[in-house]
Amino acid sequence: MAIYQKPHALEDISMHFCPGCTHGIVHRLVCEVIDEMGIEGDTIGICPVGCSVVSYDYFACDMIEAAHGRAPAVATGVKRSRPDKFVFTYQGDGDLAAIGTCETVHAATRGENITIIFINNTIYGMTGGQMAPTTLPGQVTQTTPFGRDPKVAGYPVMVCEMLSQLTGTAYAERVSVDSPAHINAAKKAIRKGFEVQKNKQGFSIIEVLSTCPTNWGMTPQESMERVRTEMIPYYPLGVYKDITAENK
Amino acid sequence: MANERMLMKGNEALAEAAVRAGCKCYFGYPITPQTEIAAYMSKRMPKCGGVFLQAESEIAAINMVYGAAATGVRAMTSSSSPGISLKSEGISYAAGCDLPCVVVNVQRGGPGLGGIQPAQSDYYLATKAGGHGDFYIPVYAPCSVQEMADYAVKAFDMADKFRTPVMILSDGLLGQMMEPVVFPEITDNEPEKDWACTGHGNKRRHNIINSLYLKPEELEESNRERFKKYEIEKAELPEVETYLTEDAEIVVTGYGASARIVRSAVNAARAEGIKAGMIRPITLWPFPEKAYAETVETAKAYLVVELSMGQMVDDVRLATSCKRPVRFFGRTGGVIHTPAEILAQIKLIAKEELK
Amino acid sequence: MTSEIQLAGFGGQGILFAGKVLAYCGMLADREVSWLPCYGPEMRGGTCNCSVCLSDEPIGSPVVNDPDLLIAMNEPSYTKFIGAVKAGGYAFIDSTLVDSANARDDIHEFRVPATRLADENELKGGANIILIGKLIKETGVISMDDIEAAIRKIVPAKKAQLIENNLRAIKLGYDYTE
Repeated sequence: MAIYQKPHALEDISMHFCPGCTHGIVHRLVCEVIDEMGIEGDTIGICPVGCSVVSYDYFACDMIEAAHGRAPAVATGVKRSRPDKFVFTYQGDGDLAAIGTCETVHAATRGENITIIFINNTIYGMTGGQMAPTTLPGQVTQTTPFGRDPKVAGYPVMVCEMLSQLTGTAYAERVSVDSPAHINAAKKAIRKGFEVQKNKQGFSIIEVLSTCPTNWGMTPQESMERVRTEMIPYYPLGVYKDITAENK
Repeated sequence: MANERMLMKGNEALAEAAVRAGCKCYFGYPITPQTEIAAYMSKRMPKCGGVFLQAESEIAAINMVYGAAATGVRAMTSSSSPGISLKSEGISYAAGCDLPCVVVNVQRGGPGLGGIQPAQSDYYLATKAGGHGDFYIPVYAPCSVQEMADYAVKAFDMADKFRTPVMILSDGLLGQMMEPVVFPEITDNEPEKDWACTGHGNKRRHNIINSLYLKPEELEESNRERFKKYEIEKAELPEVETYLTEDAEIVVTGYGASARIVRSAVNAARAEGIKAGMIRPITLWPFPEKAYAETVETAKAYLVVELSMGQMVDDVRLATSCKRPVRFFGRTGGVIHTPAEILAQIKLIAKEELK
Repeated sequence: MTSEIQLAGFGGQGILFAGKVLAYCGMLADREVSWLPCYGPEMRGGTCNCSVCLSDEPIGSPVVNDPDLLIAMNEPSYTKFIGAVKAGGYAFIDSTLVDSANARDDIHEFRVPATRLADENELKGGANIILIGKLIKETGVISMDDIEAAIRKIVPAKKAQLIENNLRAIKLGYDYTE
């Protein structure tokens, strides 16, 4: 009989994430995959600047803290010097799709054999709720107090859609963690990303639609509802690129 | 080919020496006048099992170095002045994480896009403002193609010894010129790196490479610890060449390319009966203050010569405790001073200060 | 003794290569040498020059401001550098491309129709080396043995024909009389 317990790859300390934030779920999923693949000792993780900035304390594998947006470049240096190790970055939307867009796009187009876990919660959480590159049109944030006006602030960056155009991208999937079914699907996607890396097939990215109850000004339940009613319609879930399927 | 004299460009000699010193990863971006380093590495690295990768930006290149260094391998990037501005962020992070790596700056004129001809206007950037935060990194200033090779090796050794980024501050003249070079014998000075992120193999707790301290007291403690290390570096690292300083009344001082021209001017001054000598700092940080202090009783005046509007001159004034007049002569923007121009300055000082 | 040499011409005339040959000769003779190119936009087809120093002492500035020896391979280079040659110095001029009359009476000027000689002898691009041949004959700054060794060293073995061509060019310049 299997007993539900903390993954070994997840450190046994309390996290700093806000109530109702889905970072904890995604951390757990990554660690379950690491446990199931038996790769904790061969994995090196890269943390971003953002809410998951101190995740180096949560993941039990070797961890490196990167400058804001630079995680894909740091991961490149790690993977190129230690090509036999599993390398993943864990990045938020501001980190990956604003200040680090250049690093992200070029890691993808090089087919860098790394896995990126990309948390899209449409807002800057750590700094207190400013507009992110993924903030939806009309969404109110600290720096879009009248709602994001695309005429002024442009449109959301569609990361999976964009990166799936690049030949170097091997796997790109957008998932959500708003329900048990979606959480299971998210875990499968993360596993797929690590498998692609294991088979040296190139760049993999799993975009996870996430919540930020604190900065959205919502209860955890309302936040989950917002993911379902506002985010998923704008950011459709699904596999955007899978070279392993194309090769079959 | 061990002890053969080879005719090489400074940039190429530096790259070859880095490979011999055990540099396993090179990440760079094209910019004149240092591009030969990247071009050389792109040919050389694949032949010796190393990594060459042309990065998408200077910022990405330094962060790739940061990642490779975090796994414990010897890693290097190179650029020229505008590119070093971009790398400042990564240099600060590497310093904050105590990551050993080598950063080469083959300087050109600035500010802004500036020019592509040789300059020495990044002295402050290298020695005092390498990036945000409380930190310093050792800076070597070679003055010949031979030294480009010698100090490439030394930079890696000292980076590992003190767990710090090390900068080689060169310039377009030294990078582009060819001279004979004999590659130094390599001794294996690479220590065990039990702090590196190599995958813990289920044999130890996880290693963390990080410069974030959310509690002010912890960050203060970390900075104080690093500054203790700087005291050891200040005692062990300073290197300097002195030339005819024993009886020198006028001490001319410059580093890198400037020092070559100063040497010619000092010889010319001696030929005219002026007691001139030269102090050439090889480490710019830590600054070899002792060499100046040792001359301050016998010298009557100092002349600082730089390819800038005057940056190292501040450190010379400090090192001489302002006990003697310290004058400055510089050309900037890529213009290189001639020995005759410097000789004229020496003569002027002889006339005005040696009464 | 120190010889400061300035070489100048159009990009593509082999100015930098000729300078490298001279520097190699110095190195093979166990002397101190330096070679400094112009770099930047000039390299892409404009005027091009390089400085070579050969010395028995450590070389200070590698920048040649007042050359002992000048090789000028086009009109703009001649105009620009001829006035800087030290009194008693030497200038070797490609007279196929330089029309100006001798500008100095206090230096030794040698005019060699190097580009024409190269074309006539199927040594395309060999004018630079022809002028070096003349320089060797008139100055003795480097020896024929060293120049031959230098050329064999610089030119890759698999391009053996180029070695022979360069040696022929040296001889053409060495034997040329006005």
